[in-house]
Amino acid sequence: MEKSLTQRILITILGWGVALLLFFPIFWMVLTSFKTEAGAIATPPQLIFSPTWSSYVEVQERANYLRFALNSVIISVGGSVLALAFAIPAAYSMAFHPTPRTRGTLLWMLSTKMLPPVGVLVPIYLLFRNLGLLDTQFGLIIIYALMNLPIVVWMLFTFYKEVPLEILEAGRMDGARTWSEVWFLLLPLTLPGVASTGLLSLILCWNEAFWSLNLTSSAAAPLTTFIASFSSPEGLFFAKLSAASTVAVAPILIFGWLSQRQLVRGLTFGAVK
Amino acid sequence: MATVTLRGLRKSYGPVEAIKGIDLDVADREFVVFVGPSGCGKSTLLRMIAGLEQITSGDLLIEGARVNDVGPADRGLAMVFQSYALYPHMTVRQNMGFALRLARVPKAERDRKVEAAAAVLQLQPYLERTPKELSGGQRQRVAIGRAIVRQPKVFLFDEPLSNLDAALRGQMRIELARLHEELQATMIYVTHDQVEAMTMADKIVVLQAGRVEQVGSPLELYHSPANLFVAGFIGSPRMNMLQSEVAGADATGVAIDVGPGARIVVPVQQGQVRQGDRVTLGIRPESLAAYDEGQLAGTVRLVERLGGMTLLHVGTEADLPLIVQTDGADVTSAHAPIRLAVDAAACHVFSADGLALPHLATHRLVARPEA
Amino acid sequence: MAVLLLWMIVPLVMTVWFSFQRYNLLDPSADAFAGIDNYVFLVTDPDFWVSLTNTLILLASVLAITVGLGTLLAVLFDQDFPGRGIARVLAISPFFVMPTVAALIWKNLMMHPIYGVFGAIARAFGLEPVDWFAEYPMASVIAIVSWEWLPFALLILLTAVQSLDHEQREAARMDGAGVFAQFFFITLPHLSRAISVVIMIETIFLLTVFAEIFVTTSGGPGNATTNLAFLIYARALLQFDVGGASAGGVVAILLANIVAFFLVRSIARRLEV
Repeated sequence: MEKSLTQRILITILGWGVALLLFFPIFWMVLTSFKTEAGAIATPPQLIFSPTWSSYVEVQERANYLRFALNSVIISVGGSVLALAFAIPAAYSMAFHPTPRTRGTLLWMLSTKMLPPVGVLVPIYLLFRNLGLLDTQFGLIIIYALMNLPIVVWMLFTFYKEVPLEILEAGRMDGARTWSEVWFLLLPLTLPGVASTGLLSLILCWNEAFWSLNLTSSAAAPLTTFIASFSSPEGLFFAKLSAASTVAVAPILIFGWLSQRQLVRGLTFGAVK
Repeated sequence: MATVTLRGLRKSYGPVEAIKGIDLDVADREFVVFVGPSGCGKSTLLRMIAGLEQITSGDLLIEGARVNDVGPADRGLAMVFQSYALYPHMTVRQNMGFALRLARVPKAERDRKVEAAAAVLQLQPYLERTPKELSGGQRQRVAIGRAIVRQPKVFLFDEPLSNLDAALRGQMRIELARLHEELQATMIYVTHDQVEAMTMADKIVVLQAGRVEQVGSPLELYHSPANLFVAGFIGSPRMNMLQSEVAGADATGVAIDVGPGARIVVPVQQGQVRQGDRVTLGIRPESLAAYDEGQLAGTVRLVERLGGMTLLHVGTEADLPLIVQTDGADVTSAHAPIRLAVDAAACHVFSADGLALPHLATHRLVARPEA
Repeated sequence: MAVLLLWMIVPLVMTVWFSFQRYNLLDPSADAFAGIDNYVFLVTDPDFWVSLTNTLILLASVLAITVGLGTLLAVLFDQDFPGRGIARVLAISPFFVMPTVAALIWKNLMMHPIYGVFGAIARAFGLEPVDWFAEYPMASVIAIVSWEWLPFALLILLTAVQSLDHEQREAARMDGAGVFAQFFFITLPHLSRAISVVIMIETIFLLTVFAEIFVTTSGGPGNATTNLAFLIYARALLQFDVGGASAGGVVAILLANIVAFFLVRSIARRLEV
């Protein structure tokens, strides 16, 4: 479609305006993190100032960032991998060997996801205490895998549904058993979808704050716990808070930026098209 | 010896019975075609043989062994699908070698077999391409190649040509027939296209609503259809069907009035048919000819000139539509009055229950197996 | 599969069991069968009804904002303009930010009446800064949650817009459709499935919004921003009333199932589940 110059300029301004507006809070957070505490609460807010690393240094002194970050990585990756490991066969059986109850099961699984996690906190807490899983990475990995399982299964299910049944049947005629059918045919065919499902799960795990706060204290605590320790109401230090937030968000944000193309590709491939 | 035997095969989806008890013997190296209108159960039957559908009851035997509970992977069959079902993420070579790879055949042997199959199908230049880089006909050949590589006991084809254009379909028909001769393999082929059935089959199985209507060689079905359904399904253009009344019946045949004062005697066994019974008279378009002293009078409504032959659409005096097949040089024009002669010996008579009255003599091209 | 279901059902059964018990962590001696007392107490508690309403208001508002704006922005970002790729990456960034951090940034750096950017802007125009969380608590929470989820809606809807067949739009133009007619009769119907996906996934998370409320308003002032998730949390962990909290959890499950039921009725058919 041919557009006039004014239209093009308008669209450019609008597009960039919206993008900057949405990004502004993040930008401001990063900016504030380089201010001194006094500069952070100056009115009117400073746009130009001499940046300092002091907040980052203080944050690192107060809490060992790397340990929290490492926990976050291990738990998010572990939880997502475990969820995929459960979901790949589960979605397979739902998509290709459906029973009359499949649809109901799937929606029921999704509806459990709508349950506030706090509703099952007490039983889970007691269960974890008795199994010795409190404040362990493994415990959180299990919780996260289960937490994301419904969505992961559902997304995989929609991706699987896009695969023509005849291709799998051809595989069966070629001598493929269930396992090789999934491994050689289904997974390669739905790889973009599986990847974006994994990415989404990873993001959700990384950002999860409820279980991590309640089931871990120190040894297995991820970055959400790290942040919580800076947000106590007494003694708010904006610059430190911003610095802590920045380092907590940065890994997943950069990861998200790098993988957004993959994420989009997978989503286009399945659920949306 | 790759024989397939079906004994009382049934398939139900809940309360709905899709396949209603089928008995069939497929001999070694035979080319059997299942034909029927869509929804007749022909694909379901093929998929039951393949193992892709559960068998509700009855027995399926391959080489004499019951395989009802054997999975599709272990039946030793290969199937070519309507959509080709090529693996889109694999090259042609990988597609064709996939079954061997699963069977843990060493790579060298695998390549040798794939290349041999590719040679048969003229696919060598395309071995490293992926399916989406191929034309429809080439994909079709890869699908067939994938089946050949496995050296299966029986080849199964599920409407493999229906996605091709007319010219390519004709060419692939010939290629499949050649392949059958070359491989000396047992093949079961499903189609809704009676031309494919007629041209390729050793034996045609006509199916309707989950039942076998008739089994026989193409010409047997053409010249001695067992009932109205087969008569209408086999043959193009369709057989003309006239509702009639029996004027008389004796040992020489059944007499029918096709018009005022126009009586023909069709040489069929009279059986239970008596004078005055309602019957259906079946006349193939080529059994009618324009002839000034013909028994039937009518008007030409439409002329279809196909070049080598001409089809006349005629309305009789009783306003029944008839199709007449004449040669390409026919000069009859539309709206002209016409008289038609009926070749009584080639006509068919169907009793009120739709069953054909057997002809007194068999057609010379039909070798009737002794019943 | 069986193990999986067991994992999901055990906490559920325990919750139901607790909901019929008088079980207070502060007073273990009082454990006894309570029958439906917990439920009676719950439904007669005005807080419960308020929290139920708040949950639904939050859900409906955020859905309306994200889907509405998301659709418009998706169309905007579908246009070609200089730097579109970067602008898009910036625009979807908030999705990667963990809810705790999002809430903290908004509360302290944006909406804070003294130090926040909004306050500064207001002052620059000579207006009295607004104490957002005190005066418009619910609207503030809705704004934060919308900021988090708008990028997600944008991402999904954008992929859907891009998959729109250009010939279809050209055909519509041949038929004389203007920009708006094209949007309403071609683009919007094409997006219906993607919108269903967005609604489905967002609903799952919006029913259980917790961190944002916990960090910013703690359900207040009064109970103005207490949603069901927060109410249960308050009962269980602040008042240690496990029985009451479990009853709340059961109600939440019921609510989730009711919502799921409506989702099934209205949109799941389009999802081809």
